[in-house]
Amino acid sequence: MASQKENSSAQEPKKKVRKKRLLSKLYPDFIIQRDLEKCIKCKICIRECTYEAHGWDEKREILTEDHAKCVGCHRCEAMCPTGAIVITKNPSAFREHDTWKPWFIKNVYKQADTGGVLLSATGCAVPFRNYWDHLVLDACQVTNPPIDPLREPMELRTFLGPKPDALQVELDDEGRFYLKTKVGPWIKLEVPIMFAAMSYGAISLHVHQGLARAAKELGTLYNTGEGGLHASLYEYGSNTIVQCASGRFGLHVDYLKAGVAIEIKIGQGAKPGIGGHLPGEKVTEEISKTRMIPVGSDALSPAPHHDIYSIEDLRGLIYALKEATEYKKLVFVKIAAVHNAPAIASGIVRAGADVVVLDGLRGGTGAAPTMFRDYVGIPVELALAAVDQRLREEGIRNWASLVISGGIRCSADVVKAIALGADAVYIGTPALIACGCTMCQRCFTGKCPWGIATNNPKLLKRLDPDTAFERIYNLVHGWAHEIQELLGAMGLNSLESLRGNRDKLRAVGLNETELRILGVKHAGE
Amino acid sequence: MAFEIDAKDIHYRQVNELIREAIDQGAREIVLKNVNGQRYLAAGISSEVKIDVYGTPGLDLGAFMRGPNIVVHGNTQDGAGNTMDEGKIVVHGMAGDVVGYAMRGGKIHVASDVGYRVGIHMKAYMDKVPVIIIGGKAGDFLGEYMAGGMIVLLGINSRYEHRPLAGLFLGTGMHGGVIYLRGEIPSYHLGKGLSLEPINKEDEAILEGYLVDYCQDFGLDLQEIIDEKFFKIRPQTHRPYGKLYAY
Ligand code: SF4
Ligand code: SF4
Repeated sequence: MASQKENSSAQEPKKKVRKKRLLSKLYPDFIIQRDLEKCIKCKICIRECTYEAHGWDEKREILTEDHAKCVGCHRCEAMCPTGAIVITKNPSAFREHDTWKPWFIKNVYKQADTGGVLLSATGCAVPFRNYWDHLVLDACQVTNPPIDPLREPMELRTFLGPKPDALQVELDDEGRFYLKTKVGPWIKLEVPIMFAAMSYGAISLHVHQGLARAAKELGTLYNTGEGGLHASLYEYGSNTIVQCASGRFGLHVDYLKAGVAIEIKIGQGAKPGIGGHLPGEKVTEEISKTRMIPVGSDALSPAPHHDIYSIEDLRGLIYALKEATEYKKLVFVKIAAVHNAPAIASGIVRAGADVVVLDGLRGGTGAAPTMFRDYVGIPVELALAAVDQRLREEGIRNWASLVISGGIRCSADVVKAIALGADAVYIGTPALIACGCTMCQRCFTGKCPWGIATNNPKLLKRLDPDTAFERIYNLVHGWAHEIQELLGAMGLNSLESLRGNRDKLRAVGLNETELRILGVKHAGE
Repeated sequence: MAFEIDAKDIHYRQVNELIREAIDQGAREIVLKNVNGQRYLAAGISSEVKIDVYGTPGLDLGAFMRGPNIVVHGNTQDGAGNTMDEGKIVVHGMAGDVVGYAMRGGKIHVASDVGYRVGIHMKAYMDKVPVIIIGGKAGDFLGEYMAGGMIVLLGINSRYEHRPLAGLFLGTGMHGGVIYLRGEIPSYHLGKGLSLEPINKEDEAILEGYLVDYCQDFGLDLQEIIDEKFFKIRPQTHRPYGKLYAY
């Protein structure tokens, strides 16, 4: 049979095999420059590069470079013992064209090569106006003395949770005043900075351990993300927010009761309106245990929670969670900042959420379709101002706390967010950068050369939990002090006095509409 | 002795408090009388208590629960067994929409029909295999996104004689688990990437194991049920979206 087949095919005219050329590989983003005089051929770069961009030519006994594989993570550059490597942008240029920038040309190549959906990591990379960069803070001069936080008390303490409409104080039998109104439960934060949801699976267990410990030492909270809670992290319960996303991975009663709050994730700034998707390759033994799905199977989170198609349904889930945890936990509801955020936020507050989280356009992710990352959602600065305003107008701002995330880069951003009306912020990307992330934006490959966005047992070792803890702790510690300094300069001795105090902000270079939405005067006014 | 709770005119929060109190006092059997739409009954309860419910429970009966054995002597509203972990819910009537959403273990037995979006994103892990058996018919989106576990649709006790066994988009996005149907379904009701085939001997054995329990709950004749031809729906791949991306 077989030989017959061979014979017949031999008689047919030979079909020319069409050679496929991947255009996307022809024009690398980066060039690996190796100084051959400095290189001692130790091959460390070969071992360190998870993308196999460095090679060894046995015959010629030299190191080789495959520039097209370089993602610009700078790991080799950092690890080279002789400083022989520099990673630069590929200087090779296309003819200049303001519409057809190389980014678009190369993306077209990629998709024509594969027919796939473009994938990215981190947050929006398009230079939409960043409102933090157009807002400046006030300081005291002459008429009002600044406060020096090194010598005077300065309070950053923040309480999350609904505040009563009014307080009732009464005299007891012995003539002492006591608070009659029942308040709380509240969550006490020593700094108004929490760590945003990043799932175990998207980031390594070591980073999770670092975040948990840092949250504990700093007196704040970290968020498990939707990948369940690893057994080693239950001890950090009082600094933990557990997430309930549409996939409901690793979600059981012990998990719900493990933290101090449960966050219902409706949406995420990096990819509003779509679900999550942890590829099967990333579902290792440990992750499978925590997510409670078989090793190697895709972990798909549907776009909506299929038990939530309305505000009334949302109320259903909020109270189901409250009942299941006997009203001991706060329920956060996180949405992506989108066009109608104020109306939606109002609905969320009325549905019974204790904290509303707005995740803006620049919110990060380990994997999102590029079109969503870059073009869906609105900047959180505008969403925050609009939501705070709306809730105030409706007289329900005190019913829930407001937390924002997505694009906070420094302590001044935090201070401005609080002046615009936020109770606290979440940071994700800064914590990862603290651990060594170079923003290469390839987290979805699972090959993070810095051992952050990976659970490959070998790569994991590149970042130990103690280092992660120390660096994240240091970062927030530094920010906290800066926040105290900024407050002191404004003559304020507590963060509470700044909350929603937009008079402490002025705008530079914004138009009338932007000023109106932000509720901020222009500098000079 | 069963511990009795009269739910007439009291808020769900209070009913649940009474249930927890009873459990704390060692009750193994609880009878809830006059239930009238109270939501979240037995939500999050981790105890192998038996709860008989008379009346109609509201939204999310037994959500997140781990262990209770709930028998509803009537119908139940939407969301029964939402993200439930262990235990059993037996409904001697109909159940609404979104039954067993993201259910991860335990059993739900419904005597008659269920609504839309039932069994979405059920998942199995190790020895935990959630099972939903429906005596009547189901609406659209049955078993959507299913990642594990089992749904059995019998169609023997339905109010809707002329409807097909299940609605449209049956098993859409399913990437694990199995759906058994007693009888056929027009192929256009089926989601993409699924296979529909008659059951084999192995399936028969598995099914019988679960159906014995179901028949006991409702006093049905097993032979009569399994005499009909069964079909099974399975996903063709566990990675439905594996080749979607370019990078
Ligand atoms: S790590 Fe540096 S010195 Fe070592 S082989 Fe690579 S380029 Fe040469
Ligand atoms: S976490 Fe790792 S993969 Fe992701 S951007 Fe940072 S360095 Fe790159």
